[in-house]
Amino acid sequence: MDLYVLGQQIVNGLVLGSTYGLIAVGYTMVYGIIGMINFAHGEVYMVSAYLTAIGLAVLAYFGISSPWLLISLTMVFAILFTSLLGITIERLAYRPLRKANRLAPLISAIGVSLILQNYVQLSQGAKNQGVPTLIEGVFRMGSEDHFFQITYMQMLIVVVALIAMGLLNFVVQKTALGRACRATQQDRQMAQILGIDTDKVIALVFGIGAALAAVAGVLITLNYGSFDFFVGFVTGIKAFTAAVLGGIGSLPGAMLGGILLGLAESLFSGFVNSDYKDVFAFALLVGILIFRPSGLLGKPSVEKV
Amino acid sequence: MSTLLDLNSVSLQFGGIIALNRVSLSVEEGSITAIIGPNGAGKTTLFNCITGFYRAQDGQILLSTKHKPLDLVQLLGGKFRLFDAPWSNIKKVFYGFFGGTHLVARAGIARTFQNIRLFSEMTVVENLLVAQHRHLNRNVLAGFLNLPGYRKAEAKALECAFFWLDIIGLSDLANQPAAALSYGNQRRLEIARAMCTEPRLICLDEPAAGLNPNETDQLSLLVKRLRDEFKVTVLVIEHDMSLVMSISDHIVVLNYGEVIAKGSPKEVQANPKVLAAYLGSDED
Amino acid sequence: MNMSRPRLSKTLVLSAFAAVVALILTGPLSGLVLEGYDFKTRFSAPLQIAAFVLIVRFIAGLLPESWLAPRQKNEAAPRATRFKTWQLVLGGLLVYIALASLVLIASKYWLSVGILALIYILLGLGLNIVVGFAGLLDLGFVGFYAVGAYGYALGHQYLGLGFWAAIPLAAMLAGLFGMILGFPVLRMHGDYLAIVTLGFGEIIRLVLNNWIAFTGGPNGIDAPAPTFFGWEFKANATQGGVPFHEVWGLDYSSGMLDGFIFLVLLTVVALVIYAVTRLRGMPIGRAWEALREDEIACRSLGLNHVFTKLSAFAMGASIGGLAGVFFAASQGFVSPVSFSFFESALVLAIVVLGGLGSVTGVILAALFLTLMPEALREFSDYRILIFGFAMVLIMIWRPRGMIQQRRPFFTRAKG
Repeated sequence: MDLYVLGQQIVNGLVLGSTYGLIAVGYTMVYGIIGMINFAHGEVYMVSAYLTAIGLAVLAYFGISSPWLLISLTMVFAILFTSLLGITIERLAYRPLRKANRLAPLISAIGVSLILQNYVQLSQGAKNQGVPTLIEGVFRMGSEDHFFQITYMQMLIVVVALIAMGLLNFVVQKTALGRACRATQQDRQMAQILGIDTDKVIALVFGIGAALAAVAGVLITLNYGSFDFFVGFVTGIKAFTAAVLGGIGSLPGAMLGGILLGLAESLFSGFVNSDYKDVFAFALLVGILIFRPSGLLGKPSVEKV
Repeated sequence: MSTLLDLNSVSLQFGGIIALNRVSLSVEEGSITAIIGPNGAGKTTLFNCITGFYRAQDGQILLSTKHKPLDLVQLLGGKFRLFDAPWSNIKKVFYGFFGGTHLVARAGIARTFQNIRLFSEMTVVENLLVAQHRHLNRNVLAGFLNLPGYRKAEAKALECAFFWLDIIGLSDLANQPAAALSYGNQRRLEIARAMCTEPRLICLDEPAAGLNPNETDQLSLLVKRLRDEFKVTVLVIEHDMSLVMSISDHIVVLNYGEVIAKGSPKEVQANPKVLAAYLGSDED
Repeated sequence: MNMSRPRLSKTLVLSAFAAVVALILTGPLSGLVLEGYDFKTRFSAPLQIAAFVLIVRFIAGLLPESWLAPRQKNEAAPRATRFKTWQLVLGGLLVYIALASLVLIASKYWLSVGILALIYILLGLGLNIVVGFAGLLDLGFVGFYAVGAYGYALGHQYLGLGFWAAIPLAAMLAGLFGMILGFPVLRMHGDYLAIVTLGFGEIIRLVLNNWIAFTGGPNGIDAPAPTFFGWEFKANATQGGVPFHEVWGLDYSSGMLDGFIFLVLLTVVALVIYAVTRLRGMPIGRAWEALREDEIACRSLGLNHVFTKLSAFAMGASIGGLAGVFFAASQGFVSPVSFSFFESALVLAIVVLGGLGSVTGVILAALFLTLMPEALREFSDYRILIFGFAMVLIMIWRPRGMIQQRRPFFTRAKG
């Protein structure tokens, strides 16, 4: 086995995995708190990819050219916008269904994802879109034609993902807000009785999830440069796979699952067959759900009679 | 009288918690046996073991049949043994994976649930028809073509359903959705539904919970009728002591997953251990 | 309309708020259109959308509250059927004959629209068994549709199977796939099951797309035109048969093939409708519904939940497979593009809009969703958007669908 190739695939896998992890947080937090799969979450990520391109274009129009300023302003814009989008979706499409049967929110979420996809297609056109490369430069090891490399962009992705996760963990573990979140997750009714505005907490969780999806969206878009209105579906499913792999409901699990899935996918496409890498990811999802539905860090659920 | 059900040192743990600790008891055929005990004593867990929802980790649950007694624990998928016949191993793995609860029900054990589990969107009659699933003509082709054999089986099932509706007094509500019934009626419908499976043993999990005194009296008549008229053995978990004492032939007292007393209502009432379990004891 | 002033002003404020949110949310995406790395502005679009939201929200605020209240309960009380069996049979036959005679007057174009509508009715009926009856949310239903379509096309290419052999075989193959795929998901509930079935559907599509040597990959594969007792619906015989129009002394018309497929499909749909309606009142149909209501209670009554679930999967899948055969036959060509997740979502929309479990509802919804884009050509771009909104609104407003399934009525047997 070629160690350079192996190293390269591992680096690619880590980078891919940390973005999966960021998106997976949205699935895992929402599932933890209201027990639904927010099927539209992948589309929120897709929207943030468009916002990245729009943000960069508008900032360039106003003459801003510093890459760091461009990236941070775009990031702030994307985060604010998608959080609002996430909260709005929750308010309109999921909150009225709190008391409905379990299938209703999921079907509603599928509807939302169709709406977002088609809306973006109608407003921005079906064609591929792109963003310019902002951060160039690469760290390289090995000889001229035989090497492995990490681009500075890839480093940025991993660093930002770690910072975002650290920040989230701090908020959830150490702040009053996080305590309210955890209380709502444990027992929504009781939390309500104790004076926590659970509707607000749930809306906030949707906002946070969407914000992290936006972080991932900006990073991925800057890294790959091109996207279309359809990217949300596959990425969304994979991020969900990551959430399940790590144990749905668990925050560290989402990150761990994301990185494992990224590594597995990258190694599979590097050493086995890149055409079937999506099949591999889906098969992995199916396998986990069959044999260990509680995931790596999740708590197994006992069937109540 | 002979023994219908014989529990032999049945044990079950959840994680580190011992839910059932070597529980042994026997249920006489044609009797009403009550299991009582404080909350958390393991009564419902025991029920779940008997009715096949949990698999006891140790011990035997023997149901007497015409031939040799049937071990319900083994029915849920015994241990995989390499040198058994391949088919029986496949069956074991299959039921180990998917659960073989329905096999226990088919062996003649029916149950009701503490929190009523009716098919709430289906009508009262349909609930009773589903219970007779095993006795119906399930040939899909016969159903499509509405063959005489199929029609006859359906008519018979319908007759049986209305027979039970008459007994529990719900004939007028036959076509109502089950969810629309009052709580007491739902309890009785659940018992009728269990009876429609033609069981030898019916396990009632707190049938009187949430009933008013009047409904409780009706229930006690119904349970006695099950034993006397329909020759069914009844196993009941109940907290209503006056009901338990008035209907039971035999009482088993459970505390912390162990049997602490058994006997006739009189014997149990006089047992100091039972009093201690219910009222707290000064001994330790 | 009698309306209190506080409510009116509250509605106004809320409408304005909704419009502002809509403006913010659609501003960047509709107002700034990407062009390469640059953008052009189109500020009228977000303003129009915000105005639309304002009006809709305001009108909704004016409507009586009882109209907007969701209906969670099934309100269709069971009642004895008003018709005798022979009346129903006669009515069904008359409808069938009326629809079949459309072949004589409809143009080739409308025949193909009709075929598509019938295919979606089949898909809806199939998925309705799984989702509506058994309560198993299957998001990979399109996989079985693909199995049917590719079963026909590949069966012809590699095994020389004809249309008539393909119908039962593809249905069985899809049913088998349903069982195989159903097996691992037996222990799952609700939304996990939905995601796994979605995964399966995507796996089938990706394999069809990537296994180029066997399936032709993204370029697809030709499916043969059906024949009738060896008579071909072509101007000139190509497969060693005789052209249909020569045998019957008719003038050749290119719509004949579509007419033929339409008739066969109509017959199949009629039979499936009959079968599905019967199934509901049969033990297996009751077991499916009982399983949807409460799996644990089912097991306590001795129902084999494994078999019951698998039979629902298999039955639904084989109807999906049937639809696939007709799709391939009518298109003359299949490619993986036709079997994306979107198709699954569309079929799910049909089942949900029509009313989970309601056969009539599914038929009406399928007709509506396939004929609406034809009738409203200018809205065809917005088709998916409308489906999406419809799915959300129906879930909120009428979770039981537009048509509520009526429960069968039982009376005491006489004598």
